[in-house]
Amino acid sequence: MRWIWIDKFLEFNSGQSAVALKNVTLAEEHLHDHFPGFPIMPECLMIEAMAQTAGILVGEARKFEEKVILAKVKKAVFHHYVRPGDTIILKAEIESIAPEAASTVGEIRRGDELIAQISLMFSHIDNNLAGKKFPEENFVFTDMFNSLLTGFVETETAE
Amino acid sequence: MAISRDDIFEKVQEVLVDALGLDDDEVTSEATLMGDLGAESIDFLDIVFRLEKAFDIKVPREELFPAESVLNNAEFVSDGKLTEKGLAEIKDKMPHTDLSEFEQDPDVNKMADLFTVDAIVNFIDNKVNS
Repeated sequence: MRWIWIDKFLEFNSGQSAVALKNVTLAEEHLHDHFPGFPIMPECLMIEAMAQTAGILVGEARKFEEKVILAKVKKAVFHHYVRPGDTIILKAEIESIAPEAASTVGEIRRGDELIAQISLMFSHIDNNLAGKKFPEENFVFTDMFNSLLTGFVETETAE
Repeated sequence: MAISRDDIFEKVQEVLVDALGLDDDEVTSEATLMGDLGAESIDFLDIVFRLEKAFDIKVPREELFPAESVLNNAEFVSDGKLTEKGLAEIKDKMPHTDLSEFEQDPDVNKMADLFTVDAIVNFIDNKVNS
């Protein structure tokens, strides 16, 4: 099984930007402990949601041929709490992309309200760890991602 | 349009402060990126991307930081030291770096010390003012 932490894409512009949506629910067990009586979405899981949004964007830009790994959190600033029942919108843009790596900038919003600014670096690990060998199959991008991109990639990349 | 060395240094300083989470005064000309400023491999790419943006230029990573390709070539390294061929190679590839001290004892472990803030400033100076 693979952990998917965003619910769907709203926009997907191949090689440029993506917008994803996540609904936050009290059915997520960790919210009962974080914190008892005061459930808020952990900031690290906002970074995870952005890493998935931006990571899929970066992976698709190279047709999922690279194994894309989160390598660095360049910036993570949080302005407000996210509570159960909230819908957050994650917008990621590719700032730079090279054979070895990519950098992205992103924002999380709830309606018009800015919740967080998160900038990330991703490594294309086959090209970036001094020739170190990894398994042939792309263990980062499994079939489950396809369902998230259904209806977006074909139309966007056909242009 | 030529950019003065001071202006280049200032911008490089800003890039390193942002990329590595440092204070301005830590980024001196002589500071080594790995030893003094704590840069790791992914930071080098981050720095390359930021330099490209700051100066509006293309920076091929192996041009600015050619160590990896040299170290992975058996012809250039023997017994933990660079061979004569290896030395010639980095002299050719790193014209922006002062190699006079390193030449005396070209220990590969000391290569990290070659990547100084000054070397980046020289590199950018060559790129934008040539």
